[in-house]
Amino acid sequence: MKNLKGNLGTILGCALILIWCLLPVAWIVSLSFKSQEAVTNGSPGFFPSSGGGAGWANYTKVLKDDQFRQSIINSIGISLIATLLSVILATLAAYAIARLEFRGKKFVLTTALVIAMFPVVSLVGPLFDMWRTLGIYNTWPGLIIPYMSFTLPLAIWTLSAFFREIPWEMEQAAQVDGATSWQAFRKVIVPLAAPGVFTAAILTFFFAWNDFVFGISLTSTDKARPIPAALSFFVGDDPFSRPASVLAAGAVVATIPIVVLVLFFQRKIVAGLTAGAVKG
Amino acid sequence: MTSAIANEAKAGKGKKAKAPTSDRSRSENRLALKLVALPLALMLLVTAFPMLRALYLSLFSYSLTAPDDRKFIGLDNYVTALTDSLFWKDTGNTVMIMIITVAFELVIGFAFAMVMHKVIFARGVIRTSILIPYGVITVVSGFAWQFAFSNTNGFVNSWLPFVGDDFNWFGQYHSSMIAIMASEIWKTTPFMSLLLLAGLAQVSEDMLEAAKVDGATWWQRLYKVILPNMRAAIMVAVLFRALDAYRIFDNIFVMTAGANGTESISFLTYRQVIEQFQLGIGSALSVLLFLSVLVVAFIIVKLFRVNLADARQEG
Repeated sequence: MKNLKGNLGTILGCALILIWCLLPVAWIVSLSFKSQEAVTNGSPGFFPSSGGGAGWANYTKVLKDDQFRQSIINSIGISLIATLLSVILATLAAYAIARLEFRGKKFVLTTALVIAMFPVVSLVGPLFDMWRTLGIYNTWPGLIIPYMSFTLPLAIWTLSAFFREIPWEMEQAAQVDGATSWQAFRKVIVPLAAPGVFTAAILTFFFAWNDFVFGISLTSTDKARPIPAALSFFVGDDPFSRPASVLAAGAVVATIPIVVLVLFFQRKIVAGLTAGAVKG
Repeated sequence: MTSAIANEAKAGKGKKAKAPTSDRSRSENRLALKLVALPLALMLLVTAFPMLRALYLSLFSYSLTAPDDRKFIGLDNYVTALTDSLFWKDTGNTVMIMIITVAFELVIGFAFAMVMHKVIFARGVIRTSILIPYGVITVVSGFAWQFAFSNTNGFVNSWLPFVGDDFNWFGQYHSSMIAIMASEIWKTTPFMSLLLLAGLAQVSEDMLEAAKVDGATWWQRLYKVILPNMRAAIMVAVLFRALDAYRIFDNIFVMTAGANGTESISFLTYRQVIEQFQLGIGSALSVLLFLSVLVVAFIIVKLFRVNLADARQEG
């Protein structure tokens, strides 16, 4: 009897978690199918009311919009480049932290920690000024550089936690067995390290994709403006009269890459999020 | 690129066989410094250097609309900021958001973690869905909740029994803050619950079993066994989330743009620098924002005696 009660509680808990996580997502999807007229006239309620549906019209509108398309390209390009560079650099640093004894290790880790908690807004002023002097204001590198700096801490912490778990003696064991150093590295270490590197890459990509502060302050046109900033500038400044349904369609499009990553790499993401923070 | 490291590392190790230990440690030191130099430089370039520049600029009266009128005014910008009631009101908002959201996230996140810890079936489905709010762009979350609370196009009013159908959530301060915090709590609770889940996994089952055998009730087990044993995980989660909540910007920008006095300290800084081009006072606010984050971090670490090195098992 008691066990049954416990099970019921767990099932109820699961249902609550699912509702919590998916309801707002379902809502924005539902909103994206409401017609513009229905939204303008006011259409309260969760689902598009009868006759108020728009089919795919909002999506075609969003995807035909040059600014939005450019912002997708910007976001994908900037996030991928920042992720790639950040993970390469973090791999070097994490290797040193996990494998080598050196003075200043604590300094590197502390710096990373402080930067992870840095209030980003306090940097936009000076960066805005510096980037204009250097001529990289409103360019891809102008965003890639800050994204790298702010994802490095996360990547370094996650990777060094992963690297510490790798049984490095296996490399020597392989060499004793006659493998060349390159073979030992390629066949033994790379397969062991790859999952960690991959996890760090996903988390880094999430950060870059999600960034808003740098996206709005260090860009001025669609030349480099990423999706979150483009969404917020979609309709001008008034937050109280927006073309809700078109915006919702854009929001859904911006969320698709994240959902795909989560669906495929759920395990790795969970491992990465907790590896850095709880147990070394 | 990585192969180079391994080879270098091996070169270092090969030497060890022949040379005395000090040589080895010296070469290891050198290699490690080479490896961390670039990442470290990059991190400092975008944070420490601009922060020092902000410190310098904050001593000037400097507006980008009239750059030639820049002049040294000492600490006047700080005096202006600290004597302005808006600064204190926005700081108050920020602290309030931080405390309320983290408290809610901790309780709900812990409940979620308990459920996820127990559940055997559908583990993958639950963990996949819990990652979705974490991954969703904050701006999108802000829009979703703004529209949900909207009295013309939302559903919240019709679902909540105690508010009228035409109640305007964004018409006044308190209800606007509730909407902002709803979005913040929704998006970040999953992250909290995953951190707590990892902490929960470290509590030994044997100990729980022993407590049960000794006749401890569910509440006693929770308070006397589970919570004390996952203290480190809780503290790390609270520290990370609190400092993140203190930086709140995206949700406010999207949902109210600071209307009805809902500005946070980040939003105020942004408005001075980017919208009004007041680099002098804006830089002073940047410095104050940075200092206040340090203070908050210090208070949390001291208050809860968080030892990050312990939590990470770092040397």
